[in-house]
Amino acid sequence: MPDNNHFEPRIVAFLCNWCTYTGADLAGTSRLQYPPNVRIIRTMCSSSVDPVYVLKPLLDGADGVLIGGCHPGDCHYQTGNYKTRRRYVAMQEILRASGFDPRRVWLRWISASEGQKFADTITDMVASLKEMGPNPMQVAWAI
Amino acid sequence: MAFTPRIGVYICHCGINISASVDIEAVTAFAASLPAVIIARDYTYMCSDPGQALIKEDIEQLKLNRVVVASCSPRMHEPTFRAAVASAGLNPYCFEMANIREQCSWVHPGSEATTQKAMDLIASAVAKAAHLQPLITRQVEVSPSALVIGGGIAGLQAALDIAEAGFQVTLVERAEQPGGHAAQLHTTFPYMQPARELLRPLMERVDAHPRIEVMLSAEVEEIKGFVGNFEASVRQSEEMRTVSAGSIVIATGFEVFDAHIKKEFGYGLYPQVITTLDFELLSAQNLQVNGHSPRKVVFIQCVGSRDQSLGNPYCSRVCCMVAARQAKWVRQRLPEAEVTIFYMDVRAFGKGFEEFYDQVRTCGVIYRRGNPSEILRQGEHLLVRAEDTLLGEVVEVEADLVVLALGMVPRQDSAALASLLKLSRSADGFFMEAHPKLRPVDTSVAGVFLAGCCQGPKDIADSISQARGAAAAAMIPLLRGQVQVEAATAYVEEELCAGCGQCAQVCTYGALRLHPVRNVMTVNQVLCQGCGACASACPSGAVTVSHFTFTQTMAQLEVLLNGSNHQRKQELLPTASLMAK
Repeated sequence: MPDNNHFEPRIVAFLCNWCTYTGADLAGTSRLQYPPNVRIIRTMCSSSVDPVYVLKPLLDGADGVLIGGCHPGDCHYQTGNYKTRRRYVAMQEILRASGFDPRRVWLRWISASEGQKFADTITDMVASLKEMGPNPMQVAWAI
Repeated sequence: MAFTPRIGVYICHCGINISASVDIEAVTAFAASLPAVIIARDYTYMCSDPGQALIKEDIEQLKLNRVVVASCSPRMHEPTFRAAVASAGLNPYCFEMANIREQCSWVHPGSEATTQKAMDLIASAVAKAAHLQPLITRQVEVSPSALVIGGGIAGLQAALDIAEAGFQVTLVERAEQPGGHAAQLHTTFPYMQPARELLRPLMERVDAHPRIEVMLSAEVEEIKGFVGNFEASVRQSEEMRTVSAGSIVIATGFEVFDAHIKKEFGYGLYPQVITTLDFELLSAQNLQVNGHSPRKVVFIQCVGSRDQSLGNPYCSRVCCMVAARQAKWVRQRLPEAEVTIFYMDVRAFGKGFEEFYDQVRTCGVIYRRGNPSEILRQGEHLLVRAEDTLLGEVVEVEADLVVLALGMVPRQDSAALASLLKLSRSADGFFMEAHPKLRPVDTSVAGVFLAGCCQGPKDIADSISQARGAAAAAMIPLLRGQVQVEAATAYVEEELCAGCGQCAQVCTYGALRLHPVRNVMTVNQVLCQGCGACASACPSGAVTVSHFTFTQTMAQLEVLLNGSNHQRKQELLPTASLMAK
């Protein structure tokens, strides 16, 4: 049984340039604190997050993947986040079918003004992944 | 000859903003060890002239072909550094930023984990940089005109400034008359000038201006296009018109807080309870309650502002001075009347405000610190019950007139306009500026600017300042005559494309079409906005968005998850096969 308290989850986050990435910047300008477990990759729109971008880190042992986009109706590209939402639902099925716990992949709507929500999301995600324990792929690759 | 990336990495201390929690020395040494990195340097302020000079010199002397700066958010200084590398002869798209301030040093304490995160973010940026491609920025002609939405004092001023500079302006006002809330005011603080003396000349000049078209009782229903070439559909009494504009100024103002919501003050129930706005109307006539002049007047500050229970935690910035001005007016007209102001804190921050506040106190207005809890009826009079927080006791003050100093709230329809233009709104519901200090009139949408209270409560002087600022900013693209359009757009690799059309199905802009002869998809570069929905939808990896390519992202993920030690050095180079989809 792994010691989950001392395990530090690794999270990859794909944040859309217009809302969530800017929200993450606001968390910074507001000096909000959250755990340093996340590595952010900027994308123009959440809809540009290829399912491979989610599967690749999970296969490589990342413990969680976060996709951040604008709130429904607020997409800078009109409807990008609706496409993300549809793809996310399909992706959950694929994750389940391929043996990943779908709770490792989060989709969250965080606007440019929601620095606090961004910080809270990372804090919650780290706590939730700690509870789940490390991504089993880490062990699988080791064998 | 195969392309070999030669990358320079520049790590910024940002004074102590980054260096206080990130071990810069360790990070610089780490960056220098990364594949394809020729040089890694650190400096106090990379964005300063000497900082930029370091980068430019290295590009020239070390023949760098890719540059990574690890500093603040690209939303802050990407344009600065792109211009710097361009001035040294490098394509501006051969530049990448690692955000180690907003998304690292400012959100984590000084620790090994924070330094490790900075290293990872830099490794990720370097991995991407190795795969960056130069892009050609295209210029499009700008429509030499502006659209101003909202005809209050801010909108009028912005329209006037832009028109005076020689551009055509369309001013769209929803109401039948321009002037907005300022038209409802009687006098203004702190110099007791009649509001119409300020507003009327402005309205007359706008009205008479040959380059301003004022559309009254009109509403913007749709906005298409982008900076330089917006197209707005404006409805004016059943008729639709298309207005083209190079830039847009939003000056839609605010709504006054609805006093009925604060039930404890009995607005609408007791005729003696009025609002500061009602007072303006009364004082324009003559202040009378039940046919005689009031003898005991109580003002209550912060009604609808600084109130967590209402979800309005912000200060409305004008009510302190409005109440002070009205209280002074009462003391001047009715010297027999006793005037009390209940306040939480008096905010007299503007030029001349503190002096004005002193005058008001000297003329006999009583300031009592405390927030009234309720208003009771006592015969023909009212009784205002409050805790005087300086005395620490409950007090009851008799009144025959109670004035509620109302705060400002965002307009109900601001969500609709935000959605029309894809603007962000702050937590308080007002439109959000691009940066709270450095870009107070810009929005996150290029070519769209904010003026007046739609961005947050402000007085007339501040509204005018912001309107003139927004007008000046809105004129930049108009004066330039050309704007750069997004170079990071989609392209199709025809050998991979099966012409299935899934990309076209997800494209909001209709930028993808099937080529009638070649039977592959083609991208209209003018329509494409570079969102990338098509690229992730393509089943065969034939569609790519420049600057955010599959290869670049996979390289970033590779270093983030599997590290970037030297054994992997070869794999990271663009020739490596693991990047192929």
